[in-house]
Amino acid sequence: MTNSLRSNAGLVAIGVGGIVLLIGLPIVLDLYTLLQITLYVIFGILALSLAFIWGYGGILCFGQSAFFGLGAYAYAVSVINIGESTLPFLIATALPAAFAAGLGYFMFYSRISDVYVGVITLTVTLIFYNVVNSTAGPQYHIGEALLGGFNGMPNVPSLNIPFQPDNTLEPAGMFTLCGGLLLIVYFGLHALLRTRFGRVLVAVRENEQRVEFQGYDARLHKLVAFSIGGGLAGIAGCLFTAWGNFVSPTAFSVVQSAQIIIWLMVGGAGTLLGPVIGAMAISWLTLKIGTQQTVNANVVLGAILLVFVLLVPRGIAPMVTERLVPWLMSLRQPQTSPQSVAREGKA
Amino acid sequence: MDLAVVVGIDFIYAVATLALISVGLAIVFGMMRIINLAHGEFMVMGSYSAAVAVHHHVNIWIAILIIPPIAVAVIGAAIEYLIIRRLYGRMVETMLASWGLSLFIVGILTMIFGDITEGVPTPLPGITIGSYQASGYSLFVIAMSIMTIAIVYLVLRTSRLGLLARGTMQDAAMAAALGVDTSRIYALTFAFGAALAGLAGGILAPVSGVFPSIGGSYIGRAFITVIGGGPSALVGTISASSLFGFINQLAAFASNPVYGEVALLGAAILLIRLLPQGITGRFFRGHL
Repeated sequence: MTNSLRSNAGLVAIGVGGIVLLIGLPIVLDLYTLLQITLYVIFGILALSLAFIWGYGGILCFGQSAFFGLGAYAYAVSVINIGESTLPFLIATALPAAFAAGLGYFMFYSRISDVYVGVITLTVTLIFYNVVNSTAGPQYHIGEALLGGFNGMPNVPSLNIPFQPDNTLEPAGMFTLCGGLLLIVYFGLHALLRTRFGRVLVAVRENEQRVEFQGYDARLHKLVAFSIGGGLAGIAGCLFTAWGNFVSPTAFSVVQSAQIIIWLMVGGAGTLLGPVIGAMAISWLTLKIGTQQTVNANVVLGAILLVFVLLVPRGIAPMVTERLVPWLMSLRQPQTSPQSVAREGKA
Repeated sequence: MDLAVVVGIDFIYAVATLALISVGLAIVFGMMRIINLAHGEFMVMGSYSAAVAVHHHVNIWIAILIIPPIAVAVIGAAIEYLIIRRLYGRMVETMLASWGLSLFIVGILTMIFGDITEGVPTPLPGITIGSYQASGYSLFVIAMSIMTIAIVYLVLRTSRLGLLARGTMQDAAMAAALGVDTSRIYALTFAFGAALAGLAGGILAPVSGVFPSIGGSYIGRAFITVIGGGPSALVGTISASSLFGFINQLAAFASNPVYGEVALLGAAILLIRLLPQGITGRFFRGHL
């Protein structure tokens, strides 16, 4: 027990820290800041969805915002029709997961290369954006929900306590829910990566052909991972819509897709914690840029992506875990063995 | 009969625009294995250079046919030197870098020109076919598209530069051993692709309107065409744009242009499932 605790020290620290923040932040922060942080947390879940399929599955998905937007719209449409948020939440998870599975079948079972996967997912996003953008006017509706085209859908109901439509979540409750989900997704993915499925998935990333020679179906593993990633992005989309009571086609936009990639590039694509921190830092930065007029946000985002691809291709997290942490450890206990440093570093 | 002619022009126009916006991307992808995600923004820069030239009372034909390819080729060469050169052989990093570049260019264009639509006048009047009106400019776009493809073919096939480029793409080490400055060839090929993107942007500026984020409406179709076309740049572009342009226009006739694009994507995904290497991976192998 103590042994496994020690080898997972990093994870335990994150768990404890996360729970402290989850309980503490609503008490100490004012409402506006709490709302902002809730948004960052939602983006953290979105970042994890791509971190899982790209960083661990090696699937080059440039269109994660397709699943995000699909979840966002699925929630908006179904909650307006149903009037209660339990089933819409499930729909907003299942629909993107199913769509990802369908798209993944065509991509992975054709055995097309990484680059083609990137281009096709990006194109899917572009076309989703164009289609939803064109649905302005009263003739475009699903049940009672008007799609609204480029104007988006306003007045989408918030999430409520399951099966109690009148008992909607206050901002503090919404923060707790999103934060809790972020922790569950984070530790869930860590757990999943330790199962046989997760290990095979990482092996597929490393060498697909070799894994197939050993008798595993690489295509199926990628498909399942892609579908899980789609579902997680859908959850983020659902929370995003419920958070702002609003959804517009920009959820599908290329800039949204690029942002998710930038979160990963900045945080470090081969980790789970890095992308979450990247998502929060970059979202905070875009918010700050939005408050002034001189510099366009796209210029900054594009420059960040360029700089990281050219100069810091592995992101910040590996730099911290491989350079900074061992260095700090060596300051504290000069006799630390290399193995334990490596183990610490992995957390 | 007249109606058939007008509809026929529409179909050929759809194929021609698709070929025009894809050929630059296809050259760079087919010869250098680089997918340039900033291709749409290269086109937009072409459109803007045409718009700016028209504002300064440059002759409209020079503004849309001469200035855009030159301007964008220069920018493309600079980008190759500063960014792309450092990433050869790393396809994924190149895509990410060019995506960052695409955002960067959209942002810069927004800062310079504002988020408004610039117009470029259409230099040709409409023509009358029986009792129907057709756009004279559509016919011009079709002619330009055919001419562009012909020029690309001639450059690659008959010029010394084209020979060196094809040799370098086939075996860079051998070409270098025979005294070819391969990095210069790569730079020129990338600039050539950029020039083609600029030309497409200039030619389409009068029909599409010019605003910073319009590149996004081109690239989806261009990517699909290039991937559907497969390894041969020219034959792939021609065959894929014929197939997809036809499907696009058919669906657009049946419903609206947006669903035309959806049909295009559906057809492309189905095609990739059947022919993962694209059309020229199976047919017309070994052509340019």
